[in-house]
Amino acid sequence: MTQPLLTVRGLVKHFPIAGGLFGQKKVVRAVDGVDFDVIDGETLGIVGESGCGKSTTARLLMHLMPQTSGEILFDAAKVGSPDLSLSEYRRQVQMVFQDSYASLNPRLTIESSIAFGPQVHGVPQREAIERARDLLAKVGLEPSRFAGRYPHELSGGQRQRINIARALALRPRIVILDEAVSALDKSVEAQVLNLLMDLKDEFKLTYIFISHDLHVVRYMSDRVMVMYLGKVAEIGPSEAIFETPLHPYSAALTRSMPTMDPDNRTMAAPLSGDPPNPIDPPSGCRFHTRCSFAEGVCSQREPVLTAAGAFHHVACLRSEPGSGHTMAPSSAIAA
Amino acid sequence: MLTAPPLVDIQDLKVTFTGGPKPICAVNGVDLALERGETLAILGESGSGKSVTLRALLRLNPEKRTKVDGRIAVGGEDVLALKPRELQAFRGRTVSMIFQEPALALDPVYTLGHQIAETIVKHNGGSYADAKAKALDLFERVRIPSPERRLENYPHEMSGGMRQRAMIALALACNPKVLLADEPTTALDATVQIQILLLIRELQREFGIAVIFVTHDIGVAVEVADRVAVMYGGRIVETGPIRDIIRRPRHPYTIGLLKSRAHDAMAKGTRLDAIPGSPPDLANLPPGCSFAPRCKLGTPACTEAVPEPVAVGEGHEARCFRTDQTAAA
Ligand SMILES: Nc1ncnc2c1ncn2[C@@H]1O[C@H](COP(=O)(O)OP(=O)(O)OP(=O)(O)O)[C@@H](O)[C@H]1O
Ligand SMILES: Nc1ncnc2c1ncn2[C@@H]1O[C@H](COP(=O)(O)OP(=O)(O)OP(=O)(O)O)[C@@H](O)[C@H]1O
Ligand code: SF4
Ligand SMILES: [Mg+2]
Ligand SMILES: [Mg+2]
Repeated sequence: MTQPLLTVRGLVKHFPIAGGLFGQKKVVRAVDGVDFDVIDGETLGIVGESGCGKSTTARLLMHLMPQTSGEILFDAAKVGSPDLSLSEYRRQVQMVFQDSYASLNPRLTIESSIAFGPQVHGVPQREAIERARDLLAKVGLEPSRFAGRYPHELSGGQRQRINIARALALRPRIVILDEAVSALDKSVEAQVLNLLMDLKDEFKLTYIFISHDLHVVRYMSDRVMVMYLGKVAEIGPSEAIFETPLHPYSAALTRSMPTMDPDNRTMAAPLSGDPPNPIDPPSGCRFHTRCSFAEGVCSQREPVLTAAGAFHHVACLRSEPGSGHTMAPSSAIAA
Repeated sequence: MLTAPPLVDIQDLKVTFTGGPKPICAVNGVDLALERGETLAILGESGSGKSVTLRALLRLNPEKRTKVDGRIAVGGEDVLALKPRELQAFRGRTVSMIFQEPALALDPVYTLGHQIAETIVKHNGGSYADAKAKALDLFERVRIPSPERRLENYPHEMSGGMRQRAMIALALACNPKVLLADEPTTALDATVQIQILLLIRELQREFGIAVIFVTHDIGVAVEVADRVAVMYGGRIVETGPIRDIIRRPRHPYTIGLLKSRAHDAMAKGTRLDAIPGSPPDLANLPPGCSFAPRCKLGTPACTEAVPEPVAVGEGHEARCFRTDQTAAA
C-alpha cells in the first residue's frame, strides 16, 4: 500500500464535565482510541449514530482543539514539528460544516470571504480576489452576478457552494465535509454532490465525508469507517461495508435504512433501544448491550481492530482469532 | 350516490402570512382528503408548506398575522368556524400532533405520568387515578421498557428515542381520530428512526386512527404511507398511492426528485441527475406552475396559468399541463 496522506493513531478526546458527584472527575469519552489512515485521492466516509464522535474526530484532524492523546501524521510528518508547521498544515486540510450561514461572515461580500483565507496566508490581495472569482465560476455562481453579494442574499445551496469555494481557496489537499449537504433540499443536494465530485477530479482532492445519510455516503465514498461510541467498529471498502458488513452494528445500521420498495417494507427493527451514554460506556465491547451475538466474553474483553479482508478491519470478538467468542476463528492466521 | 364524506376534507386551502413587509403565500390552494384508518404522507422540501398545512388543521398558525381561506372539515366539523372552547376540545381529542422536537409538546417541569394524566382528566373528565392507569397502559402500548418507573421521569431524564415514544403516548391520550406527525423521526438516528416508524405503523393499525405524516424523505414515506401527496411551492403537485408515486411518478418535479437520489444500484462515479435551480421564493411566486422555471418540459403556457389536477391513474393525479409527456415508456 502507498504511504497514507493522513495517519491517525490512538486518537483520544475526553471532554471533562462539571458537577461530578463527590468531586469525581467525569469525562465524555467522545473519541476513545481511534486508528485509521486516509489514502491520497480517496473519499473516506464516516458514519455512526449521533454523538459517536464523528465531528470531534473531524475537529481534531483540523487541530481546532488539542487531543487528549494520540497522534496525527500528515505525509508522515507530525503537525507542529519543524517539517510541518501548524499554519502550513491548516492550509493543506480544510473543512466545510453543515450550517452554511454560521460559517460565513455576514459583513463580508462573498468574494472577500473567499479571498480572506489566501490573504491571511500571504497571497497578495489582487491575486486572492482573482482566485476567488475563479472559484465562484467553478462552483457554478457567475462571478459578475454573485461576487458582490452578501451571505443573506443567497439561498442555502448557494451559501454552501461559497463555503466549498472558501475551503478550496487555499488549494488544500484534504477537505473534510462534516454534514456539508445535510441542510440542503434534496433537489439541491444532488447539484452540490455533483459539484464535489467534479472539484475532486479537477483539484486531485482527498475527502473525508461525514453524513448521517447512508445512501449519500455509499455513493460518495471509496472506503467507509463506522464508529460506535467513540471507537471504530469497522472500516473497509464502501461496497463491503454496505453489502457484507462484518460488525453486527454496521449490519444493523445498514438494515435500518428505509426501503424504497412499498411491497417489501421493513418488518422488524434491526436494533432496539438507543445508543448508551458516552460518559459511562459499557465495558468490554461497547456494543454488547444491543448486540444479538453478545456472549459473556463480550462484556469483559475489548475487541481490537482485526484484519478481515483486503483493506477491511473490524472490531468484534466474533472476528478476532482466539478471543473466546464461540464464533471466533480458533487462532491467529499469519498475515 | 351515497358515499360518506372523508374524515379529513381540506378544500382550496390558502394560507398567507401578512406580518412581514411582503405577504408570504405559504399554502396556495391545497385539496386533501383522508379516510378513516388511512396514512397519508406529505412529501416535500424545506419551505414547501408542509408544516403550515398541518398547523392549519389545528389552527396553530398565529391567527392575527395569518390569512386563511378555504375549507377544513374533520369528521363533519368545520374547523375554521370553531369557537375557542370548541377548538380546545378539538385539539387532542379529535386531532392531535407530534413534532420533530419533543420539547414542543412536553413540559420540562412535570413528570410524564403527570402530564398524560392531567391531559386525560382535562379532556375526558374522570378521576386522576383512572387517568394514571390509562397513562401506564399508553406507555406499554408505545413499548417503553419499565413503564411504571418511566412514568415518573422528567423529559430530560429520557433518551431521544424514548422522549419521542412518550410524546406519541401523550398524543394518543384522548383517543384522537387523526394523528398529525410533523417529521417526528428526522432528528433521530437511523436505528432509532426505524423503530419509531414501525411503532407508528403498529399503533395506526391497533387504534384505527388516520395519520398525516410529513417528511422530506421518500424512504420514510414508503415505510409508513398508503398514499402520498407531493408538495411544491405551497401546492400539492402530485398525489396517489405510494406504489404509483414510486414506480410511475407523473409530475416532472416528482420524477426529478426520484431521479436525483443517490441510490444503491448506482455505479461509482455516475453523476446524479440533479434538478437545476432552486425552490421558489414564496414572497415572489412565479405566475403559472411554480415548478416551470426548473422544468425540462416547460412551455410558455406553463408560466401563464396554474395547471389543474389531471387524473393519470386510479386515485392518482398530477398538476401539470404536460402529463402526456411524462408517462413511462
Ligand atoms: N465541547 C464539548 N464539550 C463536551 N462534550 C462534547 C463537546 N463536543 C462534543 N461533545 C460530546 O462528545 C460526544 C461526541 O460528539 P460529536 O459531536 O463528535 O458526535 P457526532 O458523531 O458528530 O454526532 P452528530 O451525528 O450528532 O453530529 C457527544 O456525546 C457530545 O455530546
Ligand atoms: N408564522 C410564519 N410567519 C411567516 N412565514 C412563515 C410562518 N410559518 C411559516 N412561514 C413560511 O411559510 C413557508 C412554508 O413553511 P413550512 O414550515 O410549512 O415549510 P415546510 O414544508 O414544513 O418546510 P421544512 O421541511 O423546512 O419544515 C416558509 O417559507 C416559511 O418560512
Ligand atoms: S464483540 Fe460481541 S458484543 Fe461486540 S459486536 Fe462482536 S459479538 Fe457483538
Ligand atoms: Mg457531528
Ligand atoms: Mg416543516
